[in-house]
Amino acid sequence: MQPLEYLKETPSQTAGPYVHIGLTPNTLGNPGIYPEDLGLSPIRDGAKGQLITITGHVQDGAGMIMRDALIESWQADAQGIYPGNDPRGAADPNVTGWARIIADFDSGEWTLSTVKPGRVPFPDGRMMAPHISLWVVARGINLGLQTRIYFEDEDNESCPVLQRIEHRPRVQTLIAKQTAPGQYRFDIVLQGDNETVFFDM
Amino acid sequence: MNPSHIERGPLFFRDRDWHPAAYTPGYKTSMTRAPFRPLVAMGSTLSEETGPAFGHSMIGALDNNLIMNFTGQPAIGERIIMHGRVLDETGRGVPNVLVEIWQANAGGRYRHKKDSYAAPLDPNFGGCGRTLSGPDGAYEFLTVRPGAYPWPNRVNDWRPMHIHISVFGSGFGQRLITQLYFEGDPLIAKCPIVKTIGNDKAIQALVAPLDMNRAIPMDCLAYKFDIVLRGRRQSFFENRKEGM
Repeated sequence: MQPLEYLKETPSQTAGPYVHIGLTPNTLGNPGIYPEDLGLSPIRDGAKGQLITITGHVQDGAGMIMRDALIESWQADAQGIYPGNDPRGAADPNVTGWARIIADFDSGEWTLSTVKPGRVPFPDGRMMAPHISLWVVARGINLGLQTRIYFEDEDNESCPVLQRIEHRPRVQTLIAKQTAPGQYRFDIVLQGDNETVFFDM
Repeated sequence: MNPSHIERGPLFFRDRDWHPAAYTPGYKTSMTRAPFRPLVAMGSTLSEETGPAFGHSMIGALDNNLIMNFTGQPAIGERIIMHGRVLDETGRGVPNVLVEIWQANAGGRYRHKKDSYAAPLDPNFGGCGRTLSGPDGAYEFLTVRPGAYPWPNRVNDWRPMHIHISVFGSGFGQRLITQLYFEGDPLIAKCPIVKTIGNDKAIQALVAPLDMNRAIPMDCLAYKFDIVLRGRRQSFFENRKEGM
Protein backbone atom coordinates (compact mmCIF):
# COMPACT_ATOMS: atom_id res chain seq x y z
CA MET A 1 0.00 0.00 0.00
CA GLN A 2 1.24 3.50 -0.76
CA PRO A 3 1.86 5.71 2.25
CA LEU A 4 -0.58 8.55 2.87
CA GLU A 5 1.96 11.30 3.17
CA TYR A 6 0.06 13.90 5.11
CA LEU A 7 1.67 15.74 7.99
CA LYS A 8 -0.08 15.95 11.33
CA GLU A 9 -1.21 19.34 12.62
CA THR A 10 1.09 20.70 15.33
CA PRO A 11 -0.56 19.77 18.65
CA SER A 12 -2.03 22.63 20.61
CA GLN A 13 -0.93 23.71 24.08
CA THR A 14 -2.54 26.18 26.46
CA ALA A 15 -1.77 29.86 25.95
CA GLY A 16 -0.95 29.93 29.68
CA PRO A 17 -1.33 32.79 32.16
CA TYR A 18 1.07 35.20 30.43
CA VAL A 19 -0.41 35.25 26.92
CA HIS A 20 -0.58 39.05 27.08
CA ILE A 21 3.21 39.34 27.01
CA GLY A 22 3.22 38.06 23.47
CA LEU A 23 -0.09 39.16 22.03
CA THR A 24 -1.00 42.43 23.79
CA PRO A 25 2.27 43.73 25.29
CA ASN A 26 1.28 47.41 25.25
CA THR A 27 -2.05 46.79 26.97
CA LEU A 28 -0.24 44.67 29.55
CA GLY A 29 2.18 47.47 30.34
CA ASN A 30 5.24 46.37 28.37
CA PRO A 31 5.47 49.22 25.85
CA GLY A 32 8.37 49.93 23.55
CA ILE A 33 8.61 46.76 21.50
CA TYR A 34 5.73 47.30 19.05
CA PRO A 35 4.21 50.71 18.19
CA GLU A 36 0.76 49.38 19.08
CA ASP A 37 -0.96 46.08 19.81
CA LEU A 38 -2.53 44.24 16.90
CA GLY A 39 -6.27 43.85 16.49
CA LEU A 40 -7.34 46.87 18.54
CA SER A 41 -10.40 47.26 16.30
CA PRO A 42 -11.96 45.24 13.44
CA ILE A 43 -13.10 48.46 11.71
CA ARG A 44 -11.74 51.87 10.75
CA ASP A 45 -13.58 55.18 10.62
CA GLY A 46 -16.03 55.16 7.75
CA ALA A 47 -16.95 51.48 7.92
CA LYS A 48 -20.41 50.98 6.44
CA GLY A 49 -23.22 49.45 8.45
CA GLN A 50 -24.71 49.58 11.93
CA LEU A 51 -22.19 50.35 14.66
CA ILE A 52 -22.65 47.96 17.58
CA THR A 53 -20.94 47.24 20.89
CA ILE A 54 -20.88 43.80 22.46
CA THR A 55 -19.91 43.38 26.10
CA GLY A 56 -19.41 40.20 28.05
CA HIS A 57 -17.29 38.05 30.29
CA VAL A 58 -15.90 34.54 30.30
CA GLN A 59 -16.95 32.35 33.22
CA ASP A 60 -15.45 29.04 34.33
CA GLY A 61 -17.17 25.94 35.72
CA ALA A 62 -16.87 27.18 39.29
CA GLY A 63 -18.75 30.38 38.45
CA MET A 64 -15.60 32.51 38.53
CA ILE A 65 -15.24 35.34 36.01
CA MET A 66 -11.93 34.85 34.23
CA ARG A 67 -9.51 37.76 34.14
CA ASP A 68 -6.88 36.07 32.00
CA ALA A 69 -8.89 35.12 28.90
CA LEU A 70 -7.98 36.30 25.41
CA ILE A 71 -10.53 36.23 22.60
CA GLU A 72 -10.12 36.86 18.91
CA SER A 73 -13.04 37.72 16.64
CA TRP A 74 -13.47 37.37 12.88
CA GLN A 75 -16.41 38.69 10.89
CA ALA A 76 -17.67 39.80 7.51
CA ASP A 77 -18.55 43.40 6.59
CA ALA A 78 -22.10 44.74 6.58
CA GLN A 79 -22.70 43.16 3.16
CA GLY A 80 -21.54 39.74 4.32
CA ILE A 81 -18.17 39.82 2.51
CA TYR A 82 -14.99 38.78 4.34
CA PRO A 83 -11.87 40.94 4.03
CA GLY A 84 -8.92 39.34 2.29
CA ASN A 85 -9.49 36.01 0.61
CA ASP A 86 -13.28 35.92 0.16
CA PRO A 87 -13.87 34.36 -3.31
CA ARG A 88 -16.94 36.57 -3.86
CA GLY A 89 -15.10 39.88 -4.06
CA ALA A 90 -13.64 42.76 -2.11
CA ALA A 91 -14.96 43.76 1.29
CA ASP A 92 -15.53 47.25 2.68
CA PRO A 93 -11.95 48.65 2.84
CA ASN A 94 -12.68 50.04 6.31
CA VAL A 95 -13.48 46.59 7.71
CA THR A 96 -10.44 44.49 8.64
CA GLY A 97 -12.72 41.94 10.27
CA TRP A 98 -10.35 40.74 12.99
CA ALA A 99 -9.92 41.86 16.58
CA ARG A 100 -8.01 40.73 19.62
CA ILE A 101 -10.08 41.24 22.75
CA ILE A 102 -8.81 40.84 26.29
CA ALA A 103 -10.73 40.73 29.50
CA ASP A 104 -10.13 43.65 31.86
CA PHE A 105 -7.44 42.61 34.34
CA ASP A 106 -9.64 43.68 37.28
CA SER A 107 -13.27 43.16 36.26
CA GLY A 108 -12.98 40.45 33.61
CA GLU A 109 -15.32 42.41 31.30
CA TRP A 110 -14.51 42.62 27.60
CA THR A 111 -15.93 44.84 24.86
CA LEU A 112 -16.01 44.61 21.08
CA SER A 113 -17.04 47.68 19.07
CA THR A 114 -17.67 46.90 15.41
CA VAL A 115 -20.25 46.91 12.63
CA LYS A 116 -22.94 44.25 12.53
CA PRO A 117 -21.94 41.72 9.86
CA GLY A 118 -24.18 40.74 6.95
CA ARG A 119 -25.28 37.20 6.15
CA VAL A 120 -22.73 34.78 4.69
CA PRO A 121 -23.52 31.62 2.67
CA PHE A 122 -23.15 28.11 4.08
CA PRO A 123 -21.36 25.70 1.69
CA ASP A 124 -24.67 24.49 0.21
CA GLY A 125 -25.73 28.04 -0.65
CA ARG A 126 -28.22 28.61 2.18
CA MET A 127 -27.52 31.79 4.12
CA MET A 128 -26.14 31.74 7.66
CA ALA A 129 -27.60 34.31 10.06
CA PRO A 130 -25.30 37.27 10.86
CA HIS A 131 -22.60 36.13 13.23
CA ILE A 132 -19.13 36.90 14.55
CA SER A 133 -16.72 33.97 14.95
CA LEU A 134 -14.81 33.81 18.25
CA TRP A 135 -11.71 31.91 19.32
CA VAL A 136 -11.13 31.75 23.07
CA VAL A 137 -7.82 30.90 24.73
CA ALA A 138 -6.59 31.11 28.34
CA ARG A 139 -4.72 29.27 31.03
CA GLY A 140 -6.46 25.90 31.47
CA ILE A 141 -7.76 25.77 27.87
CA ASN A 142 -5.66 23.17 26.04
CA LEU A 143 -7.03 23.87 22.55
CA GLY A 144 -8.60 27.20 21.57
CA LEU A 145 -12.40 27.09 21.72
CA GLN A 146 -14.42 28.09 18.65
CA THR A 147 -17.82 29.69 19.11
CA ARG A 148 -20.04 32.32 17.45
CA ILE A 149 -22.00 35.39 18.44
CA TYR A 150 -25.46 35.66 16.87
CA PHE A 151 -27.91 38.53 17.51
CA GLU A 152 -31.37 38.26 19.07
CA ASP A 153 -32.82 40.90 16.72
CA GLU A 154 -31.97 38.88 13.59
CA ASP A 155 -33.71 35.93 11.95
CA ASN A 156 -31.73 33.03 13.38
CA GLU A 157 -34.32 30.31 12.72
CA SER A 158 -33.11 29.57 9.20
CA CYS A 159 -29.37 29.51 9.96
CA PRO A 160 -28.02 26.11 8.80
CA VAL A 161 -25.37 26.12 11.55
CA LEU A 162 -27.81 26.84 14.37
CA GLN A 163 -30.20 24.24 12.92
CA ARG A 164 -27.53 21.60 13.40
CA ILE A 165 -27.55 22.02 17.18
CA GLU A 166 -29.49 19.01 18.37
CA HIS A 167 -30.12 20.24 21.92
CA ARG A 168 -32.39 23.15 21.02
CA PRO A 169 -32.32 24.84 24.46
CA ARG A 170 -28.57 25.35 23.95
CA VAL A 171 -29.03 27.56 20.87
CA GLN A 172 -29.72 30.59 23.07
CA THR A 173 -26.18 30.39 24.49
CA LEU A 174 -24.97 31.69 21.09
CA ILE A 175 -27.38 34.62 20.86
CA ALA A 176 -26.31 38.03 22.15
CA LYS A 177 -29.06 39.84 24.06
CA GLN A 178 -29.84 43.41 23.09
CA THR A 179 -29.56 45.71 26.11
CA ALA A 180 -30.07 49.03 24.25
CA PRO A 181 -30.12 50.03 20.59
CA GLY A 182 -26.82 48.80 19.14
CA GLN A 183 -25.71 47.38 22.50
CA TYR A 184 -25.48 43.64 23.16
CA ARG A 185 -24.49 41.34 26.00
CA PHE A 186 -22.73 38.03 25.28
CA ASP A 187 -21.34 36.02 28.18
CA ILE A 188 -19.30 32.88 27.52
CA VAL A 189 -19.70 30.00 29.97
CA LEU A 190 -17.00 27.37 29.61
CA GLN A 191 -18.61 24.65 31.72
CA GLY A 192 -21.78 23.75 33.59
CA ASP A 193 -25.26 25.31 33.53
CA ASN A 194 -25.82 27.36 30.39
CA GLU A 195 -22.53 26.12 28.97
CA THR A 196 -21.84 27.93 25.69
CA VAL A 197 -21.96 25.85 22.52
CA PHE A 198 -18.48 25.32 21.09
CA PHE A 199 -17.84 24.05 17.59
CA ASP A 200 -15.53 21.61 15.88
CA MET A 201 -15.56 23.16 12.41
CA MET B 1 -3.37 24.57 -9.91
CA ASN B 2 -4.46 28.10 -9.17
CA PRO B 3 -2.96 29.02 -5.76
CA SER B 4 -5.94 31.16 -4.85
CA HIS B 5 -8.13 28.11 -5.35
CA ILE B 6 -6.02 26.12 -2.89
CA GLU B 7 -6.27 28.83 -0.25
CA ARG B 8 -10.05 28.80 -0.49
CA GLY B 9 -10.66 25.09 0.00
CA PRO B 10 -12.50 23.61 2.99
CA LEU B 11 -10.30 22.78 5.98
CA PHE B 12 -9.15 19.28 6.82
CA PHE B 13 -10.96 17.94 9.87
CA ARG B 14 -9.06 18.43 13.09
CA ASP B 15 -7.80 15.19 14.71
CA ARG B 16 -8.91 15.76 18.27
CA ASP B 17 -7.35 12.51 19.44
CA TRP B 18 -3.98 13.99 18.48
CA HIS B 19 -4.54 17.31 20.21
CA PRO B 20 -4.86 17.44 24.00
CA ALA B 21 -8.33 16.76 25.38
CA ALA B 22 -10.07 19.67 27.10
CA TYR B 23 -10.45 17.97 30.49
CA THR B 24 -7.03 16.86 31.74
CA PRO B 25 -7.03 16.63 35.56
CA GLY B 26 -3.22 16.48 35.83
CA TYR B 27 -3.32 20.11 34.70
CA LYS B 28 -5.62 21.38 37.42
CA THR B 29 -6.82 24.60 35.80
CA SER B 30 -8.32 22.61 32.92
CA MET B 31 -10.81 20.97 35.30
CA THR B 32 -13.06 24.05 35.52
CA ARG B 33 -12.23 25.45 32.09
CA ALA B 34 -13.13 22.43 29.94
CA PRO B 35 -16.56 22.26 28.30
CA PHE B 36 -18.45 19.20 29.53
CA ARG B 37 -20.85 19.03 26.59
CA PRO B 38 -19.81 17.70 23.20
CA LEU B 39 -18.54 20.09 20.55
CA VAL B 40 -20.98 20.67 17.70
CA ALA B 41 -19.18 19.26 14.67
CA MET B 42 -19.62 20.18 11.02
CA GLY B 43 -17.49 20.98 8.01
CA SER B 44 -15.86 24.38 7.72
CA THR B 45 -17.74 27.31 6.19
CA LEU B 46 -16.58 30.56 4.66
CA SER B 47 -16.32 31.92 8.21
CA GLU B 48 -13.54 29.44 9.03
CA GLU B 49 -11.98 29.34 5.53
CA THR B 50 -11.27 33.08 5.40
CA GLY B 51 -9.02 34.86 7.86
CA PRO B 52 -7.08 38.04 8.59
CA ALA B 53 -4.04 38.95 6.50
CA PHE B 54 -1.02 40.85 7.81
CA GLY B 55 1.45 42.96 5.85
CA HIS B 56 5.22 43.24 5.96
CA SER B 57 4.83 46.97 6.58
CA MET B 58 3.72 46.34 10.16
CA ILE B 59 6.84 44.34 11.07
CA GLY B 60 9.69 46.37 12.57
CA ALA B 61 13.33 45.57 11.85
CA LEU B 62 13.95 44.10 15.34
CA ASP B 63 10.55 42.48 15.87
CA ASN B 64 12.01 38.96 15.49
CA ASN B 65 15.13 39.73 17.56
CA LEU B 66 14.23 39.25 21.22
CA ILE B 67 17.84 39.77 22.28
CA MET B 68 17.77 43.38 21.11
CA ASN B 69 14.14 44.48 20.69
CA PHE B 70 13.39 45.67 24.23
CA THR B 71 16.01 48.33 24.99
CA GLY B 72 18.52 47.97 22.18
CA GLN B 73 21.02 46.50 24.67
CA PRO B 74 21.57 42.72 24.57
CA ALA B 75 19.63 40.40 26.86
CA ILE B 76 21.47 37.92 29.10
CA GLY B 77 21.30 34.20 28.35
CA GLU B 78 22.12 31.43 25.91
CA ARG B 79 21.89 32.97 22.44
CA ILE B 80 19.82 30.84 20.05
CA ILE B 81 18.23 30.99 16.63
CA MET B 82 14.75 29.47 16.52
CA HIS B 83 13.78 28.74 12.94
CA GLY B 84 11.59 26.51 10.81
CA ARG B 85 8.75 26.58 8.33
CA VAL B 86 5.03 27.03 8.59
CA LEU B 87 3.50 24.18 6.58
CA ASP B 88 0.04 22.75 6.16
CA GLU B 89 -0.86 19.07 6.42
CA THR B 90 -0.23 18.59 2.69
CA GLY B 91 3.39 19.66 3.27
CA ARG B 92 2.98 22.94 1.43
CA GLY B 93 4.73 26.03 2.85
CA VAL B 94 2.29 28.66 4.11
CA PRO B 95 3.60 32.11 3.14
CA ASN B 96 2.91 35.52 4.68
CA VAL B 97 1.41 34.30 7.93
CA LEU B 98 1.99 35.96 11.27
CA VAL B 99 4.05 34.03 13.83
CA GLU B 100 4.18 35.55 17.33
CA ILE B 101 6.21 34.18 20.24
CA TRP B 102 6.58 34.97 23.93
CA GLN B 103 8.72 33.48 26.66
CA ALA B 104 10.38 33.83 30.04
CA ASN B 105 13.94 35.13 30.32
CA ALA B 106 17.02 32.97 30.86
CA GLY B 107 16.15 32.62 34.56
CA GLY B 108 12.54 31.54 33.97
CA ARG B 109 10.97 34.90 34.86
CA TYR B 110 8.27 36.54 32.77
CA ARG B 111 7.86 40.27 32.33
CA HIS B 112 4.24 40.13 33.56
CA LYS B 113 2.77 41.75 36.64
CA LYS B 114 1.38 38.42 37.85
CA ASP B 115 4.73 36.60 37.78
CA SER B 116 6.38 36.84 41.20
CA TYR B 117 9.03 34.13 40.81
CA ALA B 118 12.30 34.80 42.69
CA ALA B 119 14.43 34.85 39.53
CA PRO B 120 15.07 38.49 38.56
CA LEU B 121 13.86 40.31 35.49
CA ASP B 122 16.46 41.05 32.85
CA PRO B 123 16.29 44.83 32.24
CA ASN B 124 17.08 44.25 28.57
CA PHE B 125 14.62 41.43 27.88
CA GLY B 126 10.94 42.03 27.03
CA GLY B 127 10.08 38.49 25.97
CA CYS B 128 8.01 38.86 22.82
CA GLY B 129 8.66 38.77 19.10
CA ARG B 130 6.83 38.44 15.80
CA THR B 131 7.54 37.85 12.13
CA LEU B 132 5.84 36.95 8.84
CA SER B 133 6.63 33.66 7.12
CA GLY B 134 8.49 33.98 3.81
CA PRO B 135 7.36 32.76 0.36
CA ASP B 136 8.20 29.15 1.28
CA GLY B 137 6.79 29.42 4.80
CA ALA B 138 10.19 29.94 6.48
CA TYR B 139 10.50 31.99 9.67
CA GLU B 140 13.23 32.72 12.22
CA PHE B 141 13.81 34.42 15.55
CA LEU B 142 16.91 35.32 17.52
CA THR B 143 16.37 34.97 21.26
CA VAL B 144 17.80 33.59 24.49
CA ARG B 145 16.90 30.13 25.67
CA PRO B 146 14.25 30.52 28.40
CA GLY B 147 14.77 28.99 31.83
CA ALA B 148 12.52 26.43 33.50
CA TYR B 149 10.28 27.75 36.26
CA PRO B 150 8.01 26.49 39.04
CA TRP B 151 4.24 26.87 38.89
CA PRO B 152 1.44 26.29 41.37
CA ASN B 153 -0.13 23.04 40.19
CA ARG B 154 1.12 20.20 42.35
CA VAL B 155 3.59 21.12 45.11
CA ASN B 156 6.73 20.73 43.04
CA ASP B 157 5.74 21.16 39.40
CA TRP B 158 8.20 22.87 37.05
CA ARG B 159 7.63 23.84 33.44
CA PRO B 160 10.28 22.66 31.01
CA MET B 161 12.08 25.35 29.04
CA HIS B 162 9.56 26.49 26.44
CA ILE B 163 8.62 29.21 23.98
CA HIS B 164 4.94 30.00 23.38
CA ILE B 165 3.98 30.25 19.70
CA SER B 166 0.87 31.77 18.14
CA VAL B 167 0.31 31.30 14.42
CA PHE B 168 -2.32 32.26 11.86
CA GLY B 169 -3.11 30.39 8.67
CA SER B 170 -5.01 31.61 5.64
CA GLY B 171 -8.28 30.74 7.41
CA PHE B 172 -9.50 31.63 10.92
CA GLY B 173 -10.23 27.93 11.51
CA GLN B 174 -6.49 27.21 11.33
CA ARG B 175 -5.72 29.48 14.28
CA LEU B 176 -3.30 27.75 16.66
CA ILE B 177 -1.35 28.38 19.85
CA THR B 178 1.26 25.91 21.04
CA GLN B 179 4.57 25.61 22.89
CA LEU B 180 8.05 24.67 21.70
CA TYR B 181 10.18 22.46 23.96
CA PHE B 182 13.91 21.78 23.65
CA GLU B 183 15.63 18.51 22.77
CA GLY B 184 16.92 16.65 25.79
CA ASP B 185 15.12 18.60 28.52
CA PRO B 186 14.38 16.07 31.31
CA LEU B 187 11.44 18.16 32.55
CA ILE B 188 9.40 17.48 29.39
CA ALA B 189 8.46 13.98 30.54
CA LYS B 190 7.34 15.26 33.95
CA CYS B 191 5.20 18.20 32.86
CA PRO B 192 1.40 17.96 33.34
CA ILE B 193 0.80 20.45 30.53
CA VAL B 194 2.91 18.42 28.10
CA LYS B 195 1.07 15.31 29.27
CA THR B 196 -2.33 16.79 28.38
CA ILE B 197 -1.31 15.31 24.99
CA GLY B 198 -2.03 11.59 25.10
CA ASN B 199 0.06 10.49 22.13
CA ASP B 200 3.85 10.32 22.48
CA LYS B 201 4.39 11.04 18.79
CA ALA B 202 2.35 14.19 19.19
CA ILE B 203 4.49 15.22 22.16
CA GLN B 204 7.63 14.65 20.10
CA ALA B 205 6.20 16.99 17.45
CA LEU B 206 6.62 19.82 19.99
CA VAL B 207 10.30 19.12 20.76
CA ALA B 208 12.75 21.21 18.71
CA PRO B 209 16.01 19.46 17.82
CA LEU B 210 19.37 21.17 18.12
CA ASP B 211 20.35 22.25 14.60
CA MET B 212 24.12 22.64 14.37
CA ASN B 213 23.85 23.38 10.63
CA ARG B 214 22.08 26.61 11.42
CA ALA B 215 24.21 27.56 14.46
CA ILE B 216 26.59 30.48 13.93
CA PRO B 217 30.13 29.62 15.13
CA MET B 218 31.30 31.72 18.06
CA ASP B 219 27.89 33.41 18.20
CA CYS B 220 24.73 31.32 18.76
CA LEU B 221 23.21 27.83 18.69
CA ALA B 222 20.09 26.98 16.69
CA TYR B 223 16.91 24.93 17.17
CA LYS B 224 14.56 23.95 14.35
CA PHE B 225 10.78 23.91 14.77
CA ASP B 226 8.33 23.38 11.92
CA ILE B 227 4.73 24.40 12.54
CA VAL B 228 2.00 22.41 10.76
CA LEU B 229 -1.44 23.93 10.26
CA ARG B 230 -4.68 22.25 9.17
CA GLY B 231 -4.65 21.41 5.47
CA ARG B 232 -7.11 22.68 2.90
CA ARG B 233 -8.90 20.43 0.45
CA GLN B 234 -7.95 20.96 -3.17
CA SER B 235 -10.56 18.76 -4.83
CA PHE B 236 -12.86 20.34 -7.36
CA PHE B 237 -15.62 18.02 -6.15
CA GLU B 238 -17.23 19.46 -3.05
CA ASN B 239 -20.83 19.12 -1.96
CA ARG B 240 -21.82 22.66 -2.83
CA LYS B 241 -25.14 22.59 -4.60
CA GLU B 242 -24.38 25.65 -6.71
CA GLY B 243 -21.20 23.95 -7.97
CA MET B 244 -17.72 25.39 -7.71
